[in-house]
Amino acid sequence: MQHGRIKVKTTEEQQEAKRKEREKKLQLYTATTTAIFQKRQSQELDQEVLELTNQILGANPDFATLWNFRREIFLHSEKEKSEDEMQKLYTRELSHLESCLRVNPKSYGSWHHRCWVLDRMPEPDWSRELELCNRFLELDERNFHCWDYRRFVVLRSEVSAEEELAFTHGLIAKNFSNYSSWHYRSKLLPQIHPDPQRQGRVTEEVLLKELELAQNAFFTDPSDQSAWLYHRWLLGRVDREVSIICIFVSRDGEWLSVGFSHPVSVHPGSDDLLLFLDGAPLMVSWRSAERRNSSSFLWLCDLPTGSLGDLCPQHTFRVLWKEGAAKKECVLYRGHQESWNRDSATEEQIFRCELSVEKSTVLQHELESCKELQELEPENKWCLLTIILLMRALDPLGYEKETLGYFQTLKAVDPMRSAYFNDLRSKFLMENCILKMEYAESRVIVLSCKGLTTLYHEEQLLLVTHMNLSTNQLRALPRALAMLRCLEVLEADDNIIESLEGLSHLPKLEEVSLRNNCIRGISDLQPLASCPRLSVLHLQGNPLCDSPNVQSELALLLPHVPDIIT
Amino acid sequence: MAEKLPSEFDVVILGTGLPEAIIAAACSRIGQRVLHIDVKNYYGGNWASFTFSGLLSWLEEYKQQPNLPEESTAWKDLLDKSEECLLLNRKDKTIQNIEVFCYVSQDSENNIEEVGALRKNPAFVTYGDSTDAQDSAEEPPCQEIHSLDTSGSEISSHPNNNTDPDTTVETGVPDVKLEMQTQSDVTSSSTPPLDTSEGDNVKLSTEETLAQKSAKRKITYSSIVKEGRKFNIDLVSKFLYSRGSLIDLLIKSNVSRYAEFKNVTRILTFQNGKVEQVPCSRADVFASKQLTMVEKRMLMKFLTFCLDYEQKAEEYQDYKDCAFSEYLKTKKLTPSLQHFILHAIAMVSETASTIDGLRATQHFLQSLGRYGNTPFLFPLYGLGEIPQCFCRMCAVFGGIYCLRHSVQCLVVDKESSRCKAVIDSLGQRITCSYFIVEDSYLSEETCNNVCYRQISRAVLITDRSVLKSDSDQQVSILTVPPMELGEPTVSVIELCSSTMTCKRDTYLVHLTCVSARTAKEDLEPVVQKLFMPYAETEIESEQENELEKPQIFWALYFNMRDSTGIDRSSYEGLPSNVYVCSGPDPHLGNEHAVKQVSRVHFNQLFPKEEFCPPAPNPEDIVYDVDDTQLQDAGFTSSSEIKAEAAAAEQSVGKALMAETLQPKLGKVKMARPVLGKVKMARPMLGKVESKSKDQICTLLST
Repeated sequence: MQHGRIKVKTTEEQQEAKRKEREKKLQLYTATTTAIFQKRQSQELDQEVLELTNQILGANPDFATLWNFRREIFLHSEKEKSEDEMQKLYTRELSHLESCLRVNPKSYGSWHHRCWVLDRMPEPDWSRELELCNRFLELDERNFHCWDYRRFVVLRSEVSAEEELAFTHGLIAKNFSNYSSWHYRSKLLPQIHPDPQRQGRVTEEVLLKELELAQNAFFTDPSDQSAWLYHRWLLGRVDREVSIICIFVSRDGEWLSVGFSHPVSVHPGSDDLLLFLDGAPLMVSWRSAERRNSSSFLWLCDLPTGSLGDLCPQHTFRVLWKEGAAKKECVLYRGHQESWNRDSATEEQIFRCELSVEKSTVLQHELESCKELQELEPENKWCLLTIILLMRALDPLGYEKETLGYFQTLKAVDPMRSAYFNDLRSKFLMENCILKMEYAESRVIVLSCKGLTTLYHEEQLLLVTHMNLSTNQLRALPRALAMLRCLEVLEADDNIIESLEGLSHLPKLEEVSLRNNCIRGISDLQPLASCPRLSVLHLQGNPLCDSPNVQSELALLLPHVPDIIT
Repeated sequence: MAEKLPSEFDVVILGTGLPEAIIAAACSRIGQRVLHIDVKNYYGGNWASFTFSGLLSWLEEYKQQPNLPEESTAWKDLLDKSEECLLLNRKDKTIQNIEVFCYVSQDSENNIEEVGALRKNPAFVTYGDSTDAQDSAEEPPCQEIHSLDTSGSEISSHPNNNTDPDTTVETGVPDVKLEMQTQSDVTSSSTPPLDTSEGDNVKLSTEETLAQKSAKRKITYSSIVKEGRKFNIDLVSKFLYSRGSLIDLLIKSNVSRYAEFKNVTRILTFQNGKVEQVPCSRADVFASKQLTMVEKRMLMKFLTFCLDYEQKAEEYQDYKDCAFSEYLKTKKLTPSLQHFILHAIAMVSETASTIDGLRATQHFLQSLGRYGNTPFLFPLYGLGEIPQCFCRMCAVFGGIYCLRHSVQCLVVDKESSRCKAVIDSLGQRITCSYFIVEDSYLSEETCNNVCYRQISRAVLITDRSVLKSDSDQQVSILTVPPMELGEPTVSVIELCSSTMTCKRDTYLVHLTCVSARTAKEDLEPVVQKLFMPYAETEIESEQENELEKPQIFWALYFNMRDSTGIDRSSYEGLPSNVYVCSGPDPHLGNEHAVKQVSRVHFNQLFPKEEFCPPAPNPEDIVYDVDDTQLQDAGFTSSSEIKAEAAAAEQSVGKALMAETLQPKLGKVKMARPVLGKVKMARPMLGKVESKSKDQICTLLST
């Protein structure tokens, strides 16, 4: 026997003791819960219920029903008690809530109830609440529940945005991997230093300081994305308001289309979108180009038969969006089959950040430091991506070749996201092609051999008559392609197209070439049946050509198409 | 004459320095009967910390080595023919070249006494508190206990240690508590104000400091002596690496419950005649104004590489054999960054190899962010606390303590050459299976072939920090590289009053280097560069701004023997069951001491036993009522253990009772870095992960 030797309980003993303790707790919990529900049923809104719910919520703060019940009790007490008494009651409730938040600092119920209590309280102590937020955020700077609550407190107690900005600065200095803090800055800065010209943006002086802060972060740790995302916000463009970018009218088809800068919804029966013919309102029903009940860039309507008399020298069409929030006119002269009025993509620089001349020097400077970082960290994807974005903002056509090189590196360093990069690359290449087409003032777009994986910006192609998509990696001709209402010839050979959803209801489509694609079934060609002028269809090299009855089945599906080559 | 000690032990340990204390705790913990003695009247040997007057009497002791009384040779009768004796040293020769300088006026200082000063009556001290003393008063283990004034326990227990409920937290498991408010305050307040009223702020703050200055009391020698108990001056100056072996051991063994720590707040370096702060954590690099963007990247890149350099052999294998300083030059680092990494982060010499440099950098980085923004911790009340904590653990598990008690000689069996017993300073023969002794107790004959190195030390009491900052409560480490090749690198540790090692409005500065000459010759050049002697005349406030160097009130230089790195075979005629512990080494960490006792001594002594397993929590302790022997054990009476358990429960209760939010959240803040509770997996470079729900729950529901 060693003297003073201490015996320690065996683990089995401990386990058994713990198990018993748990059992006891469970019994207590269920009994209390039952008692509470009985009392609720009989509407006994007394002190005892408060006590009971307190116990349960202390152990399980996510029991939403009990929080509701407590609110019922408080509302009931408000009728009977004085303000002083209520203040005391609510103060006690707040300290109870604190213990619940300690059990689970991310409990929706507790935070929500706290907001409710403070709004009901006769004299809330907001500074104490702010202090509570500070403490909780010190423990977990990413607890978004607490961030939400903080914004609530700030709003109610009118804490100045400057103070809040200083608070985010402190947290970022401690640890800049903090999306919540960066995000909060992006909300506070436009309040404190608003740019008079550009809504929701900050003055250039502040912008420069913030850019430096973000740069400090990503030079310190380039693989941390929080600062990169903030950087992207800093370079971001103004949110433009909805505008009508195109109005197009076809005399022989008796239809009119309206193109928007953003997808919008036009509800049947609403007067969101109004059409005037020569000053007089015209009752029409709008449908989206995709023929879906959702928002769309392009809205169409059939013109009432005979509304376009040949006698008038001209017809003026005017569309009005939401009581004049946006409008556009176009004039159809006698003898013309179609007419349009359209904003050019080049004039509006829609693919670029909206920046003044001074801001371009800022961008140039940012590009240089990112290139410097890229030399040190050749494989950092955030840096590569930011360089690409900056180049696009500065001169999309001039930097095209360099950009493509960076995409190549990006795909190599982050193969998991190569599909995303391919899509992004497709987007930028299409934007460049659209710009080139606009400069050439042409209605023909050639997108062949670009390695496209998906199509973008169909809303900018409303007037295109000839489109060449051959030799890309397209899997589908998406529904949005139905916006190309002027399209006559489509070449899409040597892709991996399986679906033709977008080739529907195209009034002018005459020739479609789909050689060497992956169209498997006759039914996949169904959309073409809705294109009235289709006369030539090339289908060589598709799996469906191997089926024995292909010609007869095609004749059945597309009786109006004279030349189907398989 | 004193009542005799028990005459039989398993392990007798002579010396109460850190290694001896650890092994004492480890042996006692596995049920060995331990007698732990020290010839001094204080714990820790050369690892001790002293109050100011304690230090003065320590100096006195070395200046006039007392004539030791002739010891009786009666013990010779205790030996039989098959035995021979091995005499031990009677005179401590580890401290040399003591020089003291006082720059403040010493007039009429003769009768100044430290407030509440100890009676410097050397006493046999059984480790423990007053309860222990009372218990043993009834059945004293040795008579000297009666001479123990209650203040005699002052060395080990600090009355104001744990009483403020607002600043300390007891957790379910009583652990080491840590204050870390300083760093967070600094970071948040050092950020420049963003609004345009910047000018106003600056003006305000200077006004404030001026007001503080004038309010500052004038420091005199008598005020230092009067408030001498506010000082806890370490003989050896060290920090604990947050992920070093000592912290791991403290946590693992639960010894951490006896100590509190403070985070070191700044890493400084001396470059181009200027003291600068070294950015070493991710947050520091991000916020640094002295580094360019590219430097930030280069520094972070290199540090990230060092974290797992072993996996990237291709990056350094060509430079394996050259110096780390040369290797750094190949890494595209600017000279300033090379300086930071070599001297302030790796803290190695110009000639250290690449591998050593990388390993040191890695150790630094791994420790970063565990408890704060620097990799180091410092124990409140001084490093001397740590050996005492281990002694306490040893005592809790039955170890017996005697201070001012020594061993005259070892009784060695001629045939087996093993030490069978020791004969203590009172001539009592005490049988033991193992004898563990600190190097300085060995006789000159035994150490004839041993070649010792020396450590140069200086202790300064100054008036301000070497680098001004927003907070006057900074704990800093500054590495001063050699000015000329061949000179030693000097490590400077500056402690503020909140570390409980110096009085308000003063700083305690420790300088340490490997000796080349005497301590003063080695360290004075650095002292002159960084400090200036206190000037009696009042300096006009306008000049004050230019006056950047801190002023020295009082300075002490001495050399201490470095007995580390001595091969066992160098000692002559050492019986096989005698183990030698070395004194302090000159390095910053405590790795050597822990490694020596855990990997070497304990492994040889008890290869099958666990080294310092966690001590059970008080609530898990079951008392075996049938064990009557427990009553006889005397020293570790069950009442002591119960008292401890009760104390722990009480403090937990206190925390639970706290109802209002403010104090409780205040506690939570402090509770975060509780040693042993904080999960180990903090990511690299101080990057702070969002804490898991569970963890926060633990923290919140203490």
